[in-house]
Amino acid sequence: MAIRRILIANRGEIATRIIRTCRQLGIEAVLAASEADRDSLPARLADRTVCIGPARATDSYLKVETIVQAALGVGACAIHPGYGFLSERAALARLCEEHGIIFIGPTAAQIDAVGDKLRARREAEAAAVPVVPGGAIESVVDAMALARRIGAPLLVKAVGGGGGRGMKRVDHLEDLPAAIALAASEAGAAFGDARVYLERFVTHGRHVEVQLLGDGAGRVVHLGERDCSVQRRYQKLIEETPAPGLTDGFRHRLHEAAVRFAERLAYRGAGTVEFLVDTERDSFHFLEMNARIQVEHPVTEAVTGIDLVAEQIAIASGDGLRLGQSDIRGRGCAMECRVNAEDPHRDFQPSPGLVSAVSWPAGPGIRVDTHIAPGSRVPPFYDSLLAKIIAHTPDRAATLALLRRAIGATCVTGVATNLGFHAAALADREFATGAVDTGFVARLLDGRSAPLQDASRG
Amino acid sequence: MSLTAKDVAEITRLLEESAFDELSLEVDGLKLTLRRSADGDVRSAEGAAAVAPLPAPVAPPASVARSAAPCTAPARGAGVLDVPAPLLGTFYRAPKPGAPPFVEVGSPVEEDSIVGIIEVMKLMNTVRAGMRGTVTEILGRDGVLVEYGETLLRIAPAT
Repeated sequence: MAIRRILIANRGEIATRIIRTCRQLGIEAVLAASEADRDSLPARLADRTVCIGPARATDSYLKVETIVQAALGVGACAIHPGYGFLSERAALARLCEEHGIIFIGPTAAQIDAVGDKLRARREAEAAAVPVVPGGAIESVVDAMALARRIGAPLLVKAVGGGGGRGMKRVDHLEDLPAAIALAASEAGAAFGDARVYLERFVTHGRHVEVQLLGDGAGRVVHLGERDCSVQRRYQKLIEETPAPGLTDGFRHRLHEAAVRFAERLAYRGAGTVEFLVDTERDSFHFLEMNARIQVEHPVTEAVTGIDLVAEQIAIASGDGLRLGQSDIRGRGCAMECRVNAEDPHRDFQPSPGLVSAVSWPAGPGIRVDTHIAPGSRVPPFYDSLLAKIIAHTPDRAATLALLRRAIGATCVTGVATNLGFHAAALADREFATGAVDTGFVARLLDGRSAPLQDASRG
Repeated sequence: MSLTAKDVAEITRLLEESAFDELSLEVDGLKLTLRRSADGDVRSAEGAAAVAPLPAPVAPPASVARSAAPCTAPARGAGVLDVPAPLLGTFYRAPKPGAPPFVEVGSPVEEDSIVGIIEVMKLMNTVRAGMRGTVTEILGRDGVLVEYGETLLRIAPAT
């Protein structure tokens, strides 16, 4: 069924990004915007914007019934949820199914299957995909026995969590009962599910994820991997593809494991399987699957030349997978910096406000995904992502040099940004060598990593 | 000095656009309290009589401050107030198909008079006038989607 009109249930740069593909495909884009986003760039770009509620996300972007009602009211036959907000809420997918609206994403059952992290672990084991040592806990006694087998340090994780949320690190086993109690009560409040489980904490790991597309009938292709190890408190800052320093054999095993996992679920649409990679031990472990388009999808698009949002829409329309595995080839290296409105001098606190002036980089090999123009407001209610700056060239060294110049040419005034952090990270020797682990940002901020040259901070 | 209905409407608009939930203002012994209700629209704390030009000059009261001048929305023209949609949904002017509308132009309304229904996924939400007065204009169309904050109708408040 051809989709003629899509309701975009999101905001910010991803709303702008989805509108762009809709336009190319000749599909009408209707934006569901909160009161705070009525005058935003995507609201101006969309064919129509409907105000779904007040600024606070719980009163607007997170209201499942309102979103579906808005789609019905504007005559949209499909909803694109973007990332975050309702993108991985089975309730939205289910309500869409009930009302004959196409949810551009996986089925409600698939969202449930990967949203429950313990169930996802079991699915991974069943698909012969290695998982981090750990497991479910029934009681504190039980937990202590398991913790002794795993050994410290370990993580207490929320079954309903993910993306770094709902985790507690335990360095000494005697702290475990207190950490479990705290994690369970926080998980109950944050996710409505107080169940927690244990996993070994891997000190020196790399975060590598595999991009997948599935037709919903059991056929799955991968679009290579992304290295997202440059993280601060589990928030990704720089992503790149291909992941540096992996052997072809290792890379192949990683791709195959991700495909096996998604095939077992007969996964539909775009999704990502995240792995913790230990290159020293030549091993990888399943972390979780993200059942949505991801923030960092443009690096994959850059090297493969495939529009992932267009493929999402094609799969949702019932066209199935238009690509075979042999049609997909990564060319060159792409790298992305997430420019956030946050103040590095104040512990990266969000810095909302009015963007008085802005100048984004442009030129061959540069892509900027943003919703920010001069005069744009950065409301305090949502995440602080201003833009993603992506560079793509035939090799990593050239990409790194191009991205450095692009970051240097970027200017945002009115709100504090992390551009200085990016300049420092891209100038860092360890990062230039490649294959950094998730401890890199902490080392960089501690000044323990040596910059290649003076990079302005702030 | 005193506050006119236009002033109150302007202050209400400022509160609506701000990140704050409540606003208290004291001017020459006149006390105005505006508070956001759970559904996000701005209401007066007391929700008493309709906004009207206040008698001026106001004699400074000895002890008790005057109660707040309530309002639901920015003024539209002199003394006419908008009734905004408290949520997005399908607007209905009548309780069921074929039944007479809740209100017509010229209908007198009380604060708690029902002026319409907004349906969200089979859930019917009643919309009340929020003020005493007379309906001067009906903008919301029956059976059509209304956005959050869209003006459904206008009321000339009783003085």
